[in-house]
Amino acid sequence: MNTKRFHSVRLDKEKCKACTNCLRRCPTEAIRVRGGRAHIIDERCIDCGECIRVCEYHAKYAQTDPLACINRFKYKIALPAPALYGQFKHLVGASQVLEGLLKIGFDEVFEVAEGADIVTRAIRERMRNIDRSKYPIISSACPAIVRLIRVRFPDLIPHIIDVRQPMEVAAMVAKQEFCKRNDVPPEEVGCFFITPCAAKMTAIRNPIGHETSAVDGAISMMEIYGLLSSQMKTIPLDTNISRATAYGVGWANSGGEAAAVCPEHSMSVDGIENVIRVLEEIENDKLPDLVFFEGSACTGGCVGGPLTFENNYIARGAIRTLMHGCDITHPDEKVKVSTLNKYNLLSDKHITANSAMKLDDDIVEAMRKIEQMEEIVKRLPGFDCGSCGSPTCRTFAEDIVRGYATELDCIHILKDHLKVMAQQMVELAKTTRE
Amino acid sequence: MQGSILSHSYDVNAGEFQTAGDASASIKRKLKQIGVNSTVLRRIAVASYEAELNLIIHSHGGKLTLDMTPEAIILTSSDVGPGIADISKAMQEGYSTASEEARDLGFGAGMGLPNMKRNADTFGIESELGKGTTIQMGFSLK
Repeated sequence: MNTKRFHSVRLDKEKCKACTNCLRRCPTEAIRVRGGRAHIIDERCIDCGECIRVCEYHAKYAQTDPLACINRFKYKIALPAPALYGQFKHLVGASQVLEGLLKIGFDEVFEVAEGADIVTRAIRERMRNIDRSKYPIISSACPAIVRLIRVRFPDLIPHIIDVRQPMEVAAMVAKQEFCKRNDVPPEEVGCFFITPCAAKMTAIRNPIGHETSAVDGAISMMEIYGLLSSQMKTIPLDTNISRATAYGVGWANSGGEAAAVCPEHSMSVDGIENVIRVLEEIENDKLPDLVFFEGSACTGGCVGGPLTFENNYIARGAIRTLMHGCDITHPDEKVKVSTLNKYNLLSDKHITANSAMKLDDDIVEAMRKIEQMEEIVKRLPGFDCGSCGSPTCRTFAEDIVRGYATELDCIHILKDHLKVMAQQMVELAKTTRE
Repeated sequence: MQGSILSHSYDVNAGEFQTAGDASASIKRKLKQIGVNSTVLRRIAVASYEAELNLIIHSHGGKLTLDMTPEAIILTSSDVGPGIADISKAMQEGYSTASEEARDLGFGAGMGLPNMKRNADTFGIESELGKGTTIQMGFSLK
Protein backbone atom coordinates (compact mmCIF):
# COMPACT_ATOMS: atom_id res chain seq x y z
CA MET A 1 0.00 0.00 0.00
CA ASN A 2 1.07 3.53 -0.64
CA THR A 3 2.20 5.12 2.59
CA LYS A 4 2.62 8.60 1.17
CA ARG A 5 -0.34 10.69 2.23
CA PHE A 6 -0.03 13.95 0.38
CA HIS A 7 -3.31 15.82 0.07
CA SER A 8 -3.88 18.99 -1.86
CA VAL A 9 -7.13 19.69 -0.01
CA ARG A 10 -6.29 21.40 3.30
CA LEU A 11 -8.02 23.09 6.20
CA ASP A 12 -7.30 26.59 7.48
CA LYS A 13 -7.92 26.12 11.21
CA GLU A 14 -8.27 29.85 11.83
CA LYS A 15 -11.11 30.23 9.34
CA CYS A 16 -13.07 27.09 10.27
CA LYS A 17 -16.24 27.86 12.26
CA ALA A 18 -17.17 24.20 12.84
CA CYS A 19 -20.43 24.82 10.95
CA THR A 20 -20.85 21.24 9.59
CA ASN A 21 -21.61 22.44 6.02
CA CYS A 22 -18.85 20.26 4.58
CA LEU A 23 -19.74 17.19 6.64
CA ARG A 24 -22.63 15.87 4.56
CA ARG A 25 -21.12 16.80 1.23
CA CYS A 26 -18.02 14.65 1.59
CA PRO A 27 -18.53 11.57 -0.63
CA THR A 28 -16.23 9.37 1.44
CA GLU A 29 -17.34 10.57 4.90
CA ALA A 30 -13.82 11.83 5.52
CA ILE A 31 -14.68 14.92 7.58
CA ARG A 32 -15.49 15.15 11.29
CA VAL A 33 -16.04 18.23 13.40
CA ARG A 34 -14.35 17.86 16.77
CA GLY A 35 -13.12 20.39 19.32
CA GLY A 36 -14.60 23.36 17.47
CA ARG A 37 -13.16 22.71 14.01
CA ALA A 38 -13.25 20.31 11.09
CA HIS A 39 -10.77 17.48 10.66
CA ILE A 40 -10.04 15.62 7.44
CA ILE A 41 -9.38 11.90 7.76
CA ASP A 42 -6.30 11.50 5.57
CA GLU A 43 -6.85 7.87 4.63
CA ARG A 44 -10.30 8.59 3.24
CA CYS A 45 -9.89 11.96 1.53
CA ILE A 46 -9.97 11.64 -2.29
CA ASP A 47 -9.18 15.33 -2.94
CA CYS A 48 -12.38 15.86 -4.94
CA GLY A 49 -12.70 19.43 -3.63
CA GLU A 50 -16.41 19.23 -2.75
CA CYS A 51 -15.63 20.74 0.67
CA ILE A 52 -13.73 23.63 -0.94
CA ARG A 53 -16.80 24.47 -3.00
CA VAL A 54 -19.26 24.29 -0.14
CA CYS A 55 -17.30 26.08 2.63
CA GLU A 56 -18.76 29.55 3.16
CA TYR A 57 -15.77 30.66 5.22
CA HIS A 58 -13.16 29.53 2.70
CA ALA A 59 -11.56 27.40 5.39
CA LYS A 60 -10.94 24.60 2.90
CA TYR A 61 -8.39 25.26 0.22
CA ALA A 62 -6.25 23.49 -2.36
CA GLN A 63 -2.52 23.47 -1.92
CA THR A 64 -0.89 24.03 -5.34
CA ASP A 65 2.52 25.29 -6.43
CA PRO A 66 3.09 29.05 -6.68
CA LEU A 67 3.98 30.35 -10.17
CA ALA A 68 7.42 31.36 -8.87
CA CYS A 69 8.34 27.71 -8.35
CA ILE A 70 8.87 27.23 -12.10
CA ASN A 71 12.19 29.03 -11.58
CA ARG A 72 13.56 25.91 -9.92
CA PHE A 73 14.25 24.76 -13.48
CA LYS A 74 16.39 26.23 -16.20
CA TYR A 75 13.76 25.41 -18.84
CA LYS A 76 10.06 25.63 -18.08
CA ILE A 77 7.24 23.98 -20.00
CA ALA A 78 3.58 24.83 -19.38
CA LEU A 79 0.99 22.07 -19.76
CA PRO A 80 -2.37 23.84 -19.92
CA ALA A 81 -5.43 21.68 -19.19
CA PRO A 82 -7.98 22.18 -22.00
CA ALA A 83 -10.33 23.59 -19.36
CA LEU A 84 -8.06 26.67 -19.29
CA TYR A 85 -9.33 27.68 -22.75
CA GLY A 86 -12.88 27.77 -21.36
CA GLN A 87 -11.92 30.53 -18.93
CA PHE A 88 -11.83 33.18 -21.68
CA LYS A 89 -15.11 34.24 -23.25
CA HIS A 90 -13.93 35.87 -26.48
CA LEU A 91 -11.18 33.53 -27.46
CA VAL A 92 -10.39 33.37 -31.18
CA GLY A 93 -8.18 30.30 -30.79
CA ALA A 94 -6.32 28.24 -28.20
CA SER A 95 -3.08 29.74 -29.54
CA GLN A 96 -3.82 33.03 -27.76
CA VAL A 97 -3.72 31.24 -24.42
CA LEU A 98 -0.55 29.39 -25.39
CA GLU A 99 1.22 32.61 -26.44
CA GLY A 100 0.06 34.20 -23.18
CA LEU A 101 1.70 31.39 -21.19
CA LEU A 102 4.97 32.01 -23.04
CA LYS A 103 4.72 35.67 -22.05
CA ILE A 104 4.32 34.97 -18.34
CA GLY A 105 7.59 33.06 -18.12
CA PHE A 106 7.38 29.67 -19.79
CA ASP A 107 9.86 28.66 -22.49
CA GLU A 108 7.49 26.28 -24.18
CA VAL A 109 3.89 25.07 -24.04
CA PHE A 110 2.55 21.61 -24.69
CA GLU A 111 -1.23 21.29 -24.74
CA VAL A 112 -2.73 18.64 -22.49
CA ALA A 113 -5.42 18.52 -25.19
CA GLU A 114 -2.73 17.09 -27.47
CA GLY A 115 -1.93 14.61 -24.72
CA ALA A 116 -5.66 13.76 -24.77
CA ASP A 117 -5.41 13.10 -28.52
CA ILE A 118 -2.63 10.57 -27.90
CA VAL A 119 -4.52 9.02 -24.98
CA THR A 120 -7.67 8.77 -27.12
CA ARG A 121 -5.92 6.63 -29.69
CA ALA A 122 -4.08 4.64 -27.00
CA ILE A 123 -7.34 3.80 -25.22
CA ARG A 124 -9.01 2.82 -28.50
CA GLU A 125 -6.12 0.48 -29.33
CA ARG A 126 -6.14 -0.92 -25.81
CA MET A 127 -9.89 -1.55 -25.91
CA ARG A 128 -9.50 -3.99 -28.81
CA ASN A 129 -7.75 -6.43 -26.50
CA ILE A 130 -9.77 -5.98 -23.35
CA ASP A 131 -11.87 -8.90 -22.21
CA ARG A 132 -15.62 -8.24 -22.20
CA SER A 133 -15.76 -9.17 -18.50
CA LYS A 134 -14.04 -5.82 -17.89
CA TYR A 135 -16.93 -3.92 -19.51
CA PRO A 136 -17.84 -1.22 -18.83
CA ILE A 137 -14.35 0.17 -19.09
CA ILE A 138 -14.02 3.08 -16.67
CA SER A 139 -12.03 6.19 -17.59
CA SER A 140 -8.93 6.93 -15.52
CA ALA A 141 -8.87 10.64 -16.42
CA CYS A 142 -10.48 12.08 -13.27
CA PRO A 143 -8.15 11.27 -10.36
CA ALA A 144 -10.89 11.98 -7.81
CA ILE A 145 -13.09 9.31 -9.41
CA VAL A 146 -10.22 6.78 -9.45
CA ARG A 147 -9.71 7.46 -5.75
CA LEU A 148 -13.45 7.27 -5.09
CA ILE A 149 -13.48 3.80 -6.65
CA ARG A 150 -10.53 2.73 -4.49
CA VAL A 151 -12.40 3.76 -1.34
CA ARG A 152 -16.05 3.00 -2.10
CA PHE A 153 -16.12 0.61 -5.07
CA PRO A 154 -12.99 -1.56 -4.77
CA ASP A 155 -14.74 -4.33 -6.73
CA LEU A 156 -14.79 -2.03 -9.78
CA ILE A 157 -11.00 -1.43 -9.82
CA PRO A 158 -10.44 -4.03 -12.60
CA HIS A 159 -12.68 -1.94 -14.88
CA ILE A 160 -10.43 1.14 -14.76
CA ILE A 161 -8.53 1.56 -18.05
CA ASP A 162 -4.78 1.15 -17.59
CA VAL A 163 -3.80 4.03 -19.89
CA ARG A 164 -2.17 7.06 -18.24
CA GLN A 165 -3.98 10.41 -18.00
CA PRO A 166 -3.48 13.08 -20.69
CA MET A 167 -1.55 15.25 -18.22
CA GLU A 168 1.07 12.51 -17.70
CA VAL A 169 1.37 11.73 -21.38
CA ALA A 170 1.70 15.42 -22.25
CA ALA A 171 4.54 15.80 -19.73
CA MET A 172 6.36 12.73 -21.02
CA VAL A 173 6.17 13.76 -24.67
CA ALA A 174 6.87 17.45 -24.00
CA LYS A 175 9.98 16.80 -21.96
CA GLN A 176 11.44 14.20 -24.32
CA GLU A 177 10.80 16.34 -27.43
CA PHE A 178 12.23 19.46 -25.79
CA CYS A 179 15.41 17.73 -24.61
CA LYS A 180 16.01 16.17 -28.02
CA ARG A 181 15.38 19.35 -29.97
CA ASN A 182 17.49 21.59 -27.72
CA ASP A 183 20.04 19.02 -26.63
CA VAL A 184 19.57 19.61 -22.89
CA PRO A 185 19.49 17.10 -20.01
CA PRO A 186 15.98 16.23 -18.69
CA GLU A 187 16.77 17.37 -15.14
CA GLU A 188 17.03 20.96 -16.39
CA VAL A 189 13.47 20.86 -17.77
CA GLY A 190 10.39 21.35 -15.57
CA CYS A 191 6.84 20.53 -16.73
CA PHE A 192 4.03 22.40 -14.96
CA PHE A 193 0.37 21.52 -15.26
CA ILE A 194 -2.06 24.43 -15.22
CA THR A 195 -4.73 22.80 -13.09
CA PRO A 196 -8.47 23.26 -12.63
CA CYS A 197 -8.57 21.09 -9.50
CA ALA A 198 -6.91 19.80 -6.34
CA ALA A 199 -7.15 16.15 -7.41
CA LYS A 200 -4.60 16.63 -10.21
CA MET A 201 -2.15 18.19 -7.78
CA THR A 202 -2.49 15.13 -5.56
CA ALA A 203 -2.15 12.88 -8.62
CA ILE A 204 1.25 14.46 -9.29
CA ARG A 205 2.60 14.20 -5.74
CA ASN A 206 1.06 10.85 -4.94
CA PRO A 207 0.30 9.03 -8.21
CA ILE A 208 -1.87 5.96 -8.59
CA GLY A 209 -1.05 3.48 -11.35
CA HIS A 210 2.59 4.50 -11.68
CA GLU A 211 5.47 5.16 -9.31
CA THR A 212 6.36 8.76 -10.08
CA SER A 213 4.70 11.50 -12.10
CA ALA A 214 6.31 13.00 -15.18
CA VAL A 215 4.85 16.34 -14.10
CA ASP A 216 6.99 18.55 -11.84
CA GLY A 217 4.29 20.75 -10.36
CA ALA A 218 0.77 22.14 -10.67
CA ILE A 219 -0.24 25.78 -10.82
CA SER A 220 -3.81 26.77 -10.08
CA MET A 221 -5.82 28.36 -12.92
CA MET A 222 -7.21 30.79 -10.39
CA GLU A 223 -3.71 31.98 -9.49
CA ILE A 224 -2.57 32.82 -13.02
CA TYR A 225 -5.92 33.91 -14.45
CA GLY A 226 -5.42 37.65 -13.92
CA LEU A 227 -1.82 37.77 -15.11
CA LEU A 228 -2.53 35.56 -18.10
CA SER A 229 -5.60 37.45 -19.32
CA SER A 230 -3.74 40.78 -19.16
CA GLN A 231 -0.83 39.33 -21.17
CA MET A 232 -3.21 37.86 -23.75
CA LYS A 233 -4.53 41.31 -24.69
CA THR A 234 -1.45 42.19 -26.72
CA ILE A 235 -1.24 38.97 -28.71
CA PRO A 236 -1.99 39.19 -32.46
CA LEU A 237 -5.19 37.32 -33.38
CA ASP A 238 -3.69 35.45 -36.33
CA THR A 239 -1.21 33.52 -34.19
CA ASN A 240 -1.51 29.77 -34.67
CA ILE A 241 0.61 27.41 -32.58
CA SER A 242 -2.13 25.12 -31.26
CA ARG A 243 -1.84 21.53 -32.50
CA ALA A 244 -4.62 19.74 -30.61
CA THR A 245 -7.72 18.43 -32.36
CA ALA A 246 -11.29 19.36 -31.48
CA TYR A 247 -11.52 15.91 -29.84
CA GLY A 248 -8.64 16.61 -27.47
CA VAL A 249 -9.96 20.08 -26.57
CA GLY A 250 -13.38 18.50 -25.95
CA TRP A 251 -11.99 16.52 -22.99
CA ALA A 252 -12.44 19.73 -20.95
CA ASN A 253 -16.19 19.15 -20.89
CA SER A 254 -18.02 16.17 -19.48
CA GLY A 255 -18.81 13.93 -22.44
CA GLY A 256 -15.75 15.00 -24.43
CA GLU A 257 -13.67 11.97 -23.58
CA ALA A 258 -16.47 9.51 -24.40
CA ALA A 259 -17.19 11.33 -27.68
CA ALA A 260 -13.56 10.83 -28.71
CA VAL A 261 -12.94 7.37 -27.30
CA CYS A 262 -16.20 5.49 -27.60
CA PRO A 263 -19.13 7.46 -29.05
CA GLU A 264 -21.48 4.47 -28.94
CA HIS A 265 -22.53 2.53 -25.84
CA SER A 266 -20.84 5.01 -23.56
CA MET A 267 -22.07 7.16 -20.71
CA SER A 268 -20.72 10.41 -19.32
CA VAL A 269 -21.70 11.43 -15.82
CA ASP A 270 -20.63 14.59 -14.01
CA GLY A 271 -20.94 15.63 -10.37
CA ILE A 272 -19.59 13.18 -7.80
CA GLU A 273 -22.97 12.27 -6.27
CA ASN A 274 -24.30 11.38 -9.74
CA VAL A 275 -21.20 9.34 -10.45
CA ILE A 276 -21.73 7.40 -7.21
CA ARG A 277 -25.31 6.57 -8.21
CA VAL A 278 -24.25 5.20 -11.58
CA LEU A 279 -21.31 3.26 -10.10
CA GLU A 280 -23.85 1.57 -7.80
CA GLU A 281 -25.80 0.54 -10.91
CA ILE A 282 -22.65 -0.78 -12.59
CA GLU A 283 -21.82 -2.70 -9.43
CA ASN A 284 -25.27 -4.34 -9.55
CA ASP A 285 -24.77 -5.27 -13.24
CA LYS A 286 -27.70 -3.10 -14.27
CA LEU A 287 -25.94 -1.62 -17.31
CA PRO A 288 -24.97 -4.72 -19.30
CA ASP A 289 -24.77 -2.90 -22.66
CA LEU A 290 -22.41 -0.19 -21.44
CA VAL A 291 -18.91 -0.33 -22.94
CA PHE A 292 -17.29 2.89 -21.69
CA PHE A 293 -17.98 4.98 -18.61
CA GLU A 294 -16.63 8.50 -18.16
CA GLY A 295 -17.12 10.01 -14.72
CA SER A 296 -16.10 13.51 -13.64
CA ALA A 297 -16.19 14.57 -10.01
CA CYS A 298 -17.00 18.16 -10.98
CA THR A 299 -20.23 19.42 -12.51
CA GLY A 300 -19.70 20.00 -16.21
CA GLY A 301 -16.38 18.11 -16.22
CA CYS A 302 -12.95 19.72 -15.72
CA VAL A 303 -14.36 23.16 -16.62
CA GLY A 304 -16.26 22.90 -13.31
CA GLY A 305 -13.11 22.33 -11.25
CA PRO A 306 -12.87 24.17 -7.91
CA LEU A 307 -9.82 26.15 -9.10
CA THR A 308 -11.43 27.53 -12.26
CA PHE A 309 -12.44 31.16 -12.57
CA GLU A 310 -15.36 31.11 -15.00
CA ASN A 311 -18.83 29.71 -14.30
CA ASN A 312 -18.82 26.12 -15.58
CA TYR A 313 -21.81 26.54 -17.94
CA ILE A 314 -20.20 29.56 -19.60
CA ALA A 315 -16.89 27.70 -19.83
CA ARG A 316 -18.62 24.69 -21.42
CA GLY A 317 -20.06 26.95 -24.09
CA ALA A 318 -16.69 28.59 -24.68
CA ILE A 319 -15.08 25.18 -25.21
CA ARG A 320 -17.78 24.15 -27.69
CA THR A 321 -17.30 27.36 -29.66
CA LEU A 322 -13.54 26.87 -29.66
CA MET A 323 -13.92 23.28 -30.91
CA HIS A 324 -15.57 24.58 -34.11
CA GLY A 325 -12.33 26.31 -35.06
CA CYS A 326 -10.09 23.30 -34.31
CA ASP A 327 -8.73 20.57 -36.52
CA ILE A 328 -11.45 17.91 -36.73
CA THR A 329 -9.20 15.01 -37.74
CA HIS A 330 -9.92 12.08 -35.41
CA PRO A 331 -6.95 11.13 -33.19
CA ASP A 332 -7.05 7.67 -34.83
CA GLU A 333 -5.66 9.33 -37.96
CA LYS A 334 -3.78 12.20 -36.38
CA VAL A 335 -1.76 10.26 -33.79
CA LYS A 336 0.91 8.05 -35.32
CA VAL A 337 1.46 4.44 -34.28
CA SER A 338 5.12 5.36 -33.78
CA THR A 339 4.06 7.81 -31.04
CA LEU A 340 2.13 5.06 -29.28
CA ASN A 341 5.14 2.76 -29.42
CA LYS A 342 7.66 5.38 -28.43
CA TYR A 343 6.21 6.27 -25.03
CA ASN A 344 5.21 4.21 -22.04
CA LEU A 345 1.52 5.08 -22.12
CA LEU A 346 0.24 2.25 -19.94
CA SER A 347 0.12 2.17 -16.14
CA ASP A 348 2.85 0.05 -14.66
CA LYS A 349 1.43 -0.37 -11.18
CA HIS A 350 -1.77 -2.13 -10.14
CA ILE A 351 -4.35 0.03 -8.48
CA THR A 352 -4.97 -1.28 -4.99
CA ALA A 353 -8.10 -0.97 -2.88
CA ASN A 354 -8.11 1.62 -0.13
CA SER A 355 -9.18 -0.10 3.07
CA ALA A 356 -10.04 3.07 5.02
CA MET A 357 -13.71 2.04 5.25
CA LYS A 358 -12.86 -1.33 6.79
CA LEU A 359 -13.80 -1.63 10.46
CA ASP A 360 -11.15 -4.15 11.48
CA ASP A 361 -8.43 -6.30 9.95
CA ASP A 362 -9.88 -9.29 11.73
CA ILE A 363 -13.05 -10.37 9.94
CA VAL A 364 -14.77 -11.71 13.07
CA GLU A 365 -14.04 -8.50 14.94
CA ALA A 366 -15.33 -6.46 11.98
CA MET A 367 -18.57 -8.46 11.98
CA ARG A 368 -18.99 -7.87 15.72
CA LYS A 369 -18.49 -4.16 15.18
CA ILE A 370 -21.22 -4.14 12.52
CA GLU A 371 -23.58 -5.77 15.04
CA GLN A 372 -22.63 -3.21 17.71
CA MET A 373 -23.25 -0.40 15.21
CA GLU A 374 -26.73 -1.74 14.46
CA GLU A 375 -27.56 -1.71 18.17
CA ILE A 376 -26.29 1.86 18.57
CA VAL A 377 -28.14 3.10 15.47
CA LYS A 378 -31.41 1.89 17.02
CA ARG A 379 -30.86 4.26 19.97
CA LEU A 380 -29.97 7.29 17.82
CA PRO A 381 -32.65 9.74 16.61
CA GLY A 382 -31.87 9.34 12.88
CA PHE A 383 -31.94 13.10 12.20
CA ASP A 384 -28.43 13.13 10.66
CA CYS A 385 -28.13 16.64 12.15
CA GLY A 386 -24.34 16.62 12.39
CA SER A 387 -24.28 18.15 15.89
CA CYS A 388 -22.13 15.29 17.14
CA GLY A 389 -19.54 16.14 14.49
CA SER A 390 -20.14 13.03 12.35
CA PRO A 391 -21.95 13.34 9.01
CA THR A 392 -24.81 10.90 9.76
CA CYS A 393 -26.17 8.92 12.72
CA ARG A 394 -24.80 5.78 11.02
CA THR A 395 -21.26 7.19 10.75
CA PHE A 396 -21.59 8.41 14.35
CA ALA A 397 -22.32 4.81 15.39
CA GLU A 398 -19.28 3.76 13.40
CA ASP A 399 -17.15 6.38 15.18
CA ILE A 400 -18.34 5.09 18.57
CA VAL A 401 -17.48 1.51 17.63
CA ARG A 402 -14.07 2.65 16.43
CA GLY A 403 -13.54 4.44 19.76
CA TYR A 404 -13.54 8.00 18.44
CA ALA A 405 -16.81 9.14 20.02
CA THR A 406 -19.21 8.30 22.84
CA GLU A 407 -23.00 8.21 22.80
CA LEU A 408 -23.23 11.35 24.94
CA ASP A 409 -21.70 13.32 22.03
CA CYS A 410 -25.21 13.09 20.56
CA ILE A 411 -27.04 16.15 21.89
CA HIS A 412 -30.40 14.39 21.66
CA ILE A 413 -29.22 11.52 23.85
CA LEU A 414 -27.55 14.01 26.17
CA LYS A 415 -30.82 15.94 26.47
CA ASP A 416 -32.66 12.80 27.48
CA HIS A 417 -29.98 12.07 30.05
CA LEU A 418 -30.25 15.58 31.47
CA LYS A 419 -34.01 15.20 31.73
CA VAL A 420 -33.61 12.06 33.81
CA MET A 421 -30.93 13.72 35.94
CA ALA A 422 -33.09 16.77 36.52
CA GLN A 423 -35.94 14.53 37.59
CA GLN A 424 -33.62 12.72 39.99
CA MET A 425 -32.47 16.06 41.45
CA VAL A 426 -36.07 17.05 42.12
CA GLU A 427 -36.72 13.69 43.77
CA LEU A 428 -33.55 14.09 45.82
CA ALA A 429 -34.49 17.62 46.89
CA LYS A 430 -37.90 16.41 48.01
CA THR A 431 -36.54 13.54 50.09
CA THR A 432 -33.82 15.58 51.77
CA ARG A 433 -36.29 18.31 52.76
CA GLU A 434 -38.26 15.91 54.90
CA MET B 1 -28.40 -19.62 10.33
CA GLN B 2 -26.74 -21.55 13.13
CA GLY B 3 -23.42 -20.24 14.29
CA SER B 4 -23.63 -17.06 12.29
CA ILE B 5 -21.95 -14.06 13.88
CA LEU B 6 -23.89 -11.54 11.90
CA SER B 7 -27.55 -11.79 10.95
CA HIS B 8 -29.71 -9.05 9.45
CA SER B 9 -33.16 -9.08 7.91
CA TYR B 10 -34.65 -6.52 5.60
CA ASP B 11 -38.38 -6.29 4.91
CA VAL B 12 -39.15 -5.82 1.24
CA ASN B 13 -42.69 -4.76 0.33
CA ALA B 14 -44.50 -5.78 -2.84
CA GLY B 15 -44.68 -3.14 -5.56
CA GLU B 16 -42.56 -0.55 -3.76
CA PHE B 17 -40.31 0.38 -6.65
CA GLN B 18 -39.21 3.61 -4.96
CA THR B 19 -37.31 1.59 -2.33
CA ALA B 20 -35.76 -0.77 -4.91
CA GLY B 21 -32.10 -1.29 -4.12
CA ASP B 22 -32.20 -0.03 -0.51
CA ALA B 23 -31.79 -3.45 1.10
CA SER B 24 -29.05 -4.61 -1.27
CA ALA B 25 -27.25 -1.26 -0.92
CA SER B 26 -27.26 -1.68 2.86
CA ILE B 27 -25.94 -5.23 2.52
CA LYS B 28 -23.20 -4.03 0.18
CA ARG B 29 -22.18 -1.25 2.55
CA LYS B 30 -21.86 -3.65 5.48
CA LEU B 31 -19.84 -6.18 3.52
CA LYS B 32 -17.45 -3.45 2.39
CA GLN B 33 -16.99 -2.31 6.00
CA ILE B 34 -16.26 -5.90 6.98
CA GLY B 35 -13.73 -6.06 4.17
CA VAL B 36 -15.19 -8.96 2.18
CA ASN B 37 -13.07 -9.87 -0.87
CA SER B 38 -14.11 -7.64 -3.75
CA THR B 39 -14.77 -10.42 -6.29
CA VAL B 40 -17.18 -12.15 -3.90
CA LEU B 41 -18.65 -8.80 -2.97
CA ARG B 42 -19.50 -8.04 -6.58
CA ARG B 43 -21.32 -11.37 -6.95
CA ILE B 44 -23.28 -10.78 -3.75
CA ALA B 45 -24.16 -7.26 -4.93
CA VAL B 46 -25.67 -8.59 -8.14
CA ALA B 47 -27.47 -11.53 -6.49
CA SER B 48 -28.92 -9.49 -3.63
CA TYR B 49 -30.16 -6.78 -5.98
CA GLU B 50 -31.87 -9.35 -8.22
CA ALA B 51 -33.42 -11.02 -5.16
CA GLU B 52 -34.68 -7.72 -3.81
CA LEU B 53 -36.17 -6.76 -7.18
CA ASN B 54 -37.88 -10.16 -7.47
CA LEU B 55 -39.54 -9.63 -4.10
CA ILE B 56 -40.83 -6.23 -5.23
CA ILE B 57 -41.97 -7.32 -8.68
CA HIS B 58 -43.31 -10.83 -8.13
CA SER B 59 -44.04 -11.48 -4.47
CA HIS B 60 -46.77 -10.43 -2.05
CA GLY B 61 -43.95 -9.15 0.13
CA GLY B 62 -41.12 -10.82 1.98
CA LYS B 63 -37.71 -10.38 3.40
CA LEU B 64 -34.07 -10.61 2.52
CA THR B 65 -31.76 -12.06 5.17
CA LEU B 66 -28.00 -11.84 5.39
CA ASP B 67 -26.22 -14.41 7.55
CA MET B 68 -22.50 -14.47 7.88
CA THR B 69 -19.71 -16.52 9.41
CA PRO B 70 -16.01 -15.99 8.75
CA GLU B 71 -16.24 -18.82 6.18
CA ALA B 72 -19.44 -18.11 4.29
CA ILE B 73 -22.31 -15.80 3.57
CA ILE B 74 -25.86 -17.03 3.17
CA LEU B 75 -28.39 -14.79 1.49
CA THR B 76 -31.99 -15.88 1.94
CA SER B 77 -35.01 -14.47 0.18
CA SER B 78 -38.35 -15.62 1.52
CA ASP B 79 -41.82 -14.40 0.64
CA VAL B 80 -45.44 -15.05 1.52
CA GLY B 81 -46.64 -15.85 -1.97
CA PRO B 82 -47.86 -16.36 -4.61
CA GLY B 83 -45.35 -19.17 -5.24
CA ILE B 84 -43.89 -20.31 -8.55
CA ALA B 85 -45.93 -22.73 -10.67
CA ASP B 86 -43.07 -24.15 -12.71
CA ILE B 87 -39.62 -23.66 -11.20
CA SER B 88 -37.67 -25.13 -14.13
CA LYS B 89 -39.38 -22.71 -16.50
CA ALA B 90 -38.71 -19.80 -14.12
CA MET B 91 -35.04 -20.70 -14.09
CA GLN B 92 -34.80 -20.32 -17.89
CA GLU B 93 -33.12 -17.17 -19.20
CA GLY B 94 -35.60 -14.80 -20.75
CA TYR B 95 -38.67 -16.35 -19.16
CA SER B 96 -40.63 -13.81 -17.12
CA THR B 97 -44.08 -13.41 -15.64
CA ALA B 98 -43.51 -9.75 -14.76
CA SER B 99 -46.49 -7.39 -14.95
CA GLU B 100 -46.95 -4.76 -17.61
CA GLU B 101 -46.13 -2.12 -14.97
CA ALA B 102 -42.82 -3.76 -14.08
CA ARG B 103 -41.90 -4.15 -17.76
CA ASP B 104 -42.66 -0.48 -18.35
CA LEU B 105 -40.08 0.30 -15.69
CA GLY B 106 -37.48 -1.74 -17.53
CA PHE B 107 -37.70 -4.88 -15.39
CA GLY B 108 -38.88 -8.37 -16.27
CA ALA B 109 -36.11 -9.39 -18.68
CA GLY B 110 -36.30 -12.90 -17.30
CA MET B 111 -32.73 -12.82 -16.00
CA GLY B 112 -33.39 -12.53 -12.26
CA LEU B 113 -33.24 -16.16 -11.13
CA PRO B 114 -30.59 -17.24 -13.67
CA ASN B 115 -28.42 -14.29 -12.57
CA MET B 116 -28.78 -15.21 -8.91
CA LYS B 117 -27.84 -18.82 -9.63
CA ARG B 118 -24.86 -17.80 -11.76
CA ASN B 119 -23.43 -15.50 -9.12
CA ALA B 120 -23.89 -17.77 -6.08
CA ASP B 121 -21.69 -20.72 -5.14
CA THR B 122 -24.71 -22.71 -3.98
CA PHE B 123 -28.30 -22.10 -4.96
CA GLY B 124 -31.48 -23.63 -3.62
CA ILE B 125 -35.09 -22.78 -4.39
CA GLU B 126 -38.30 -24.09 -2.90
CA SER B 127 -41.75 -22.93 -3.78
CA GLU B 128 -45.32 -23.82 -3.10
CA LEU B 129 -48.25 -22.23 -4.91
CA GLY B 130 -50.34 -20.13 -2.58
CA LYS B 131 -47.70 -20.32 0.17
CA GLY B 132 -44.51 -18.68 -1.04
CA THR B 133 -40.97 -19.09 -2.25
CA THR B 134 -37.67 -19.42 -0.41
CA ILE B 135 -34.36 -18.98 -2.18
CA GLN B 136 -31.08 -19.63 -0.45
CA MET B 137 -27.77 -18.55 -1.95
CA GLY B 138 -24.41 -19.42 -0.46
CA PHE B 139 -21.12 -17.62 -1.03
CA SER B 140 -17.87 -19.09 0.15
CA LEU B 141 -15.37 -16.67 1.67
CA LYS B 142 -12.46 -19.11 1.66
